[in-house]
Amino acid sequence: MALDKATVARIATLARIKVADQDLDKMVGELQTILSWVEELNAVNTDGVEPMTSVVEVTLPLREDKVSDGGYAPRILANATDPVTVGEGGFFTVPKVVE
Amino acid sequence: MAGLTDLTIADAREQLRAKKISARELTQAHVEAMAKAKALNAFITETPDKALAMADAADAALKGGDGGALTGIPIAIKDLFCTEGVLTTAASHILHGFKPPYESTVSANLWKAGAVMLGKTNLDEFAMGSSNTTSHYGPVHNPWRRRGDNRPLVPGGSSGGSAAAVAARIAMGATGTDTGGSIRQPAAFCGLVGLKPTYGRCSRWGIVAFASSLDQAGPMTRTVRDAAIMLGAMASHDPKDSTSVPRPVPNYEASLGKGIKGLKFGIPKEYRLDGMAPEIEKLWQQGIEWLKAAGAEPVEISLPHTKHALPAYYIIAPAEASSNLARYDGVRFGLRVPGDSLDGMYENTRAEGFGAEVRRRVLIGTYVLSAGYYDAYYLKAQRVRSLIARDFTEAYKKCDVILTPTAPSAAFAIGEKADDPIAMYLNDVFTVTVNLAGLPGISVPAGLSADGLPLGLQVIGRAFDEETLFRVGETIEKAANFTAVPPGLNG
Repeated sequence: MALDKATVARIATLARIKVADQDLDKMVGELQTILSWVEELNAVNTDGVEPMTSVVEVTLPLREDKVSDGGYAPRILANATDPVTVGEGGFFTVPKVVE
Repeated sequence: MAGLTDLTIADAREQLRAKKISARELTQAHVEAMAKAKALNAFITETPDKALAMADAADAALKGGDGGALTGIPIAIKDLFCTEGVLTTAASHILHGFKPPYESTVSANLWKAGAVMLGKTNLDEFAMGSSNTTSHYGPVHNPWRRRGDNRPLVPGGSSGGSAAAVAARIAMGATGTDTGGSIRQPAAFCGLVGLKPTYGRCSRWGIVAFASSLDQAGPMTRTVRDAAIMLGAMASHDPKDSTSVPRPVPNYEASLGKGIKGLKFGIPKEYRLDGMAPEIEKLWQQGIEWLKAAGAEPVEISLPHTKHALPAYYIIAPAEASSNLARYDGVRFGLRVPGDSLDGMYENTRAEGFGAEVRRRVLIGTYVLSAGYYDAYYLKAQRVRSLIARDFTEAYKKCDVILTPTAPSAAFAIGEKADDPIAMYLNDVFTVTVNLAGLPGISVPAGLSADGLPLGLQVIGRAFDEETLFRVGETIEKAANFTAVPPGLNG
């Protein structure tokens, strides 16, 4: 699979990582090297082999659907940039998304 | 008499209980060692005041006769474990200033057992690396040097700061995490014991996630007994981690001293790599002789899919990482770089916050999970992973444990292999299969390279059979009699 600049630009957009135009060529090369290397897996016969979903044989546990943690909004907001304090409503803030 | 910082955890525990030393003087000695060894860059955050306060609490507990398994033992925590109120960075700029409002289960277990926190150790950014050179906070120096060569060497990675701190006698033990070899390879590079437990043995809750189906926390110590003591305190069933397995934690220390007579150990023929360093091959052969001399029987086994493990890993781990790292968006914690829109803020924050290796892996992961490629890459890799796990199931019909080298070389110089990601990835060739199959593995220091650097042997066990790993590890430890210490630390 040959990567091109447009594909890498699309992946970068999907991953929400800004890649400057002048860095795209270098990135294409780096990713192509890794992808070419992992492509050797195509040579492995996996007919009839199920993809692994878990290394441990456990049934996912269920618990009662009730709140067991929380109630400390100020501590959570303490790590945010420019939050609205709990006294003022208690919000994270982001750039304006609705005009 | 050896100094306080040369004691093993087991010896210090006895002396603390016998009141021959106090937790405060033991901690003070380590705090001083930490202050003297800043050039190693082993710590991102040092917490000497917290350490001394915890030591005083330990002394009070010891006085009252209610000490735990690690009461008064100063340890270091890889900066991937969330510690309440103490900066936690994952060695990434994107977690700038992040002080978790909660404590990881593993570190909470350690504090409950009475351990004392010296600080948070450096690592590869988000634990992605095998040399501790991808850290936003700069590379860690291995306390070891090649004979007659003063160039700084890598401590291995990703738990490089933890390894350097324990090897340099700054901490008596440290936590690591291991996704593809990140405990065992740095342990080998620094002359330590490092154990990756069975997937599900230690809770992942509160550990910054890299690849959730592979990550596992474990101890890094100077002796096998110390690793057994530390794992006993770290392991638990934790309802907050749905992959934590509800099995009682055995008394690992009690497995020691039992010998390995009659045990069958497998030698995988696929681990004899073309071009492997002769001294690694020789060390492996020496390990076989040691186990035979202790009454165990070698068995030739085959792990035919070994050579596909690294390529499968470099699809699965980046795929999981791209998903796990989606949470770093500048909104709720860590770095925020402004943008002219919400997406612009995300893109700027993630471009500036993630280093080159992390960006590369997130992009690879995004690609292999994207529409049209998911089956060809991700599902294919997960099928290969099933085959790798099946190899081990077949092998364990013929043997109880598997003996291999830990890494294909000794520690290398900082900057070597930096231009070739794939050469760097090959460091994990012997360790990564263990993560893909969810098995436990231990690295034990077994000898020195021709230029005087530590080399490790790896023992791989059956799921949840850490006890046998400790028995085999102890046998290697005894036979190897590894007493070398890094230059400048002669007792």
